[in-house]
Amino acid sequence: MLLRHTTKDIKERSALTVNPAKTCQPIGAMYASLGIQGCLPHSHGSQGCYAYHRSALTRHYKEPVIAATSAFTEGASVFGGQANLLQAIDNIFTVYNPDVIAVHTTCLSETIGDDIPQIINKAKADGKIPDGKYVIHANTPSYVGSHITGFSSMTKAMVDYFSSSNGQRQKTINLIPGYVEPSDMAEIKRIAGEMGISSLMFPDTSRVLNGPMTGHYRMFPAGGSTIKDLESTGNSLGTIAMGRTASLAAARALDAKCKVPYEMIDLPIGLHATDIFVDSLRKMAGVNVPESLSLERGQLLDVIADMQQYFYGKRVALVGDPDQVLALTKFLVSIDMCPVYLVTGSAAGKKYQKALEEATNDVPHEVRIKVGGDMFLLHQWIKNQTVDLLIGNTYVKYIAKDEDIPFVRYGFPIFDRIGHSYFPSVGYRGGLRLVEKILDAILDRKDRDSTDINFELVL
Amino acid sequence: MADQNEKPEAIMELDGLDPEAVKADLLRVYPIKVARKRSKQIVVNDVGHCDEVPVISANARTIPGLIGQRGCCYAGCKGVVLGPTRDIVNITHGPIGCGFYSWLTRRNQTDPDASEDRHNFITYCFSTDMQEEEIIFGGERKLRKAIQEAYDNFKPKAIAVFATCPVGLIGDDIHSVCREMKGKLGINIFGFSCEGYKGVSQSAGHHIANNQIFKHVVGLDDTVQKGNYKVNLLGEYNIGGDAFEIDRIFEKCGISIVATYSGNSSIDAFANSHTADLNLIMCHRSINYVAEMMEKKYGLPWIKINFIGAEATAGSLRKIAKYFGDQKLIDRVEEVIAEEMPEVEKACKEIRPRTEGKKAMLFVGGSRAHHYQALFNELGMKVLSAGYEFAHRDDYEGRKVMSSIKVDADSRNIEELEVSADPNQYSPRKSSEELKKLEEQGVTFSDYEGMMPTMKNGTLIIDDISQFETDAMIEILKPDIFCAGIKEKYSVQKHGIPLKQLHSYDYGGPYAGFKGAVNFYKEIDRMVNSKVWGYMKAPWEKNPELTATYAWD
Repeated sequence: MLLRHTTKDIKERSALTVNPAKTCQPIGAMYASLGIQGCLPHSHGSQGCYAYHRSALTRHYKEPVIAATSAFTEGASVFGGQANLLQAIDNIFTVYNPDVIAVHTTCLSETIGDDIPQIINKAKADGKIPDGKYVIHANTPSYVGSHITGFSSMTKAMVDYFSSSNGQRQKTINLIPGYVEPSDMAEIKRIAGEMGISSLMFPDTSRVLNGPMTGHYRMFPAGGSTIKDLESTGNSLGTIAMGRTASLAAARALDAKCKVPYEMIDLPIGLHATDIFVDSLRKMAGVNVPESLSLERGQLLDVIADMQQYFYGKRVALVGDPDQVLALTKFLVSIDMCPVYLVTGSAAGKKYQKALEEATNDVPHEVRIKVGGDMFLLHQWIKNQTVDLLIGNTYVKYIAKDEDIPFVRYGFPIFDRIGHSYFPSVGYRGGLRLVEKILDAILDRKDRDSTDINFELVL
Repeated sequence: MADQNEKPEAIMELDGLDPEAVKADLLRVYPIKVARKRSKQIVVNDVGHCDEVPVISANARTIPGLIGQRGCCYAGCKGVVLGPTRDIVNITHGPIGCGFYSWLTRRNQTDPDASEDRHNFITYCFSTDMQEEEIIFGGERKLRKAIQEAYDNFKPKAIAVFATCPVGLIGDDIHSVCREMKGKLGINIFGFSCEGYKGVSQSAGHHIANNQIFKHVVGLDDTVQKGNYKVNLLGEYNIGGDAFEIDRIFEKCGISIVATYSGNSSIDAFANSHTADLNLIMCHRSINYVAEMMEKKYGLPWIKINFIGAEATAGSLRKIAKYFGDQKLIDRVEEVIAEEMPEVEKACKEIRPRTEGKKAMLFVGGSRAHHYQALFNELGMKVLSAGYEFAHRDDYEGRKVMSSIKVDADSRNIEELEVSADPNQYSPRKSSEELKKLEEQGVTFSDYEGMMPTMKNGTLIIDDISQFETDAMIEILKPDIFCAGIKEKYSVQKHGIPLKQLHSYDYGGPYAGFKGAVNFYKEIDRMVNSKVWGYMKAPWEKNPELTATYAWD
């Protein structure tokens, strides 16, 4: 047994987290920063932070993840990190020459209380920031929230630093995709494009973290939101923000700063959530939904209908980030599955908890929900009553193996499979991929567990 | 090519280039201060008659903004040294990230069934998940409670607490909490002040880990184990099962391991490790402190060995046999080598024609960049350049330079334990005459020759290599394989050059010992000869000019 010390006996814990389902803010900020074209993320803390974040993101994407660090020493921790950051800015522009440095803080620099805007101003005054180059920042203390909070804060920083309004509304629509994969970002953009809508998406990690191999390494790949696009977001017709915990802050900031109204929707995972996304786009841009998208919708619906018998009534345990867990739960319920155990690592508030409860109201089982929980608790629930399917990140495979439960990898991090960077799980096509993955897991198990007598050719 | 007019003596050469010119290329874009500092960390190797080598600056502060490979003190302490011990509940005291990132990411294999209690907490991550409230009001209460909850849920025999950056800043006294809970719960509980900002790299964390294990665990159990030739294997972390392969070979030879630090390890073995008769050091950088302290306090000497590479393995076995001086063991070791080598030689002979003359670079760790050169040599490959991520000068130049290493402010803050012979437990394993005689026979004690004396003249030694230098070295020297870690892997491969991870072995291994050597030969053969690196250009890129329309007939 891999997790041999996990027992049925659930004891109240308030101080010890065991097998977390979240990580800290800065990695989310680093990921978001990579979604700006020509941007070098910079970690203002000790070098362990950026080493860990780069390693984790690299394992997840199997792509270069470049970032820099202020490399605090004990001295810097006592006297503050200003000198380190100033030196870093100078070195980065001299040696690597990015267009933007996106500084995020860490628990170390936040505890000391380093004032980043003041340091950036000093760098500017000292002539360390070349003309046409930018240094932006987000405060991302690791002891508040989670990686989603860090992502949200850096996305908001893009608005704070770049968005501006010249009073002339353009026909563009801003898309804030939330903490999703590069493939998802590309798919969200594609759907808007399919509808003839000119969109500005931020952050956009597609073609940054799923780039090609050409034999030539480019530290700053072709992808990412451009500064020009980020600036233009202030003139857009409106914003569609996906996933409340990751995207609301930026959407609100853009509304407050440039009077760009926003619509807050779930991540477009599955049939209905994608319907809502497409419908929101249609209304906001005043366009018709093209036949091509109706076709995609119909194909997804067709597969769900054809294979409905295999979804119906299956008990599912789901662990991940709040926006994903909510949208996925709704999708699972909509295809007659029964999400019975729901855990998010990140705390996401009472309203969020209520939304999950509402989504699972009709599930004909006792549903256990823990917002701000961990995988140890999830495993204990499963020990008490098992499920037919597990959905979560790579760490969940330890539970899946011990308990012999079919498992679909979903979320962050996925260290042991590829696909998530290239094949989306949002939109109708993403829905198809999710459905395929769920069916593969369930039907592979059915085949494995069939006897020679009831082993079926056609399913 | 640089001009060679001013070089009357033997001309240094690096794969047909002037190494000084290559070095100058690496420094050219840097700001003056950075270039000055880096120029001391980039050295053209030049081995003298008595193995003296040029001075290299190492274990120096990381330059902010330069982008390198290093991690932090916590990573070295919890991640590297203590992480592989299966039966300690390791609680990270801090925000969630540090515990999360060091959860199962180092591939330390372990066999829990080897211990009677079958405890294994390696698959778990324990954290106090510190929140803002604790940063403001202090985290000791939460830590105390977390220890209690760990005890209630898991009933471990030991709990270790690791401090992260903010813990040091807010002044939580983790050691007093540990002492208090140790008294309350009656199990061994101890803390590590391994805040990430300490020292200049992982190395500081290794030292802190060594100190605390020595203080709180070593020497607690005086039971003398059975076996004629009892050793500890230090600095072997059982990545990909390396320690299992070494265990296999030792068992065959009749050598018994009391404790491995810390691959496939148990805290009970640490407690008992002072009863062994010899310490064998694999990774000198991460663990030499424990060996030094054990020698002073308990009287067991240490020798440097290396089980990476078949020849190195055979040499190390012979060295161990010589130390014990028992003809039976000496003969047995020769028998084992004779049994094991044919398979290695067969694999090498088969593969070497495909690897001969290929070029490698190694930038990794604190010992691996040295050890793995043995395997590349066996494959007939040329090592053009190498360097460590977090090593000190002695790992480059040899321990003979230790007395001349200046202790800087960052190192001074890492505690040096005062250790003296234990009145009850000290017993010198060999008399000074015996040691002297062994020295004469070539068994050198407490010594490590370092990497540079074993490398060719003209090779470039680069400490704490930066991303810029990595890219430049690849562009200039076009190696056939580059060895580093996960962060470097995919940028190097975008250049069209395979990167072999020497931290995680790309999820393969073992590479230690005889079977490991064969695995490594096959792996390098696969990587440098893979067809995939030849597919960079599409047909239309190879022949871009438009020609007449093809006809199908």
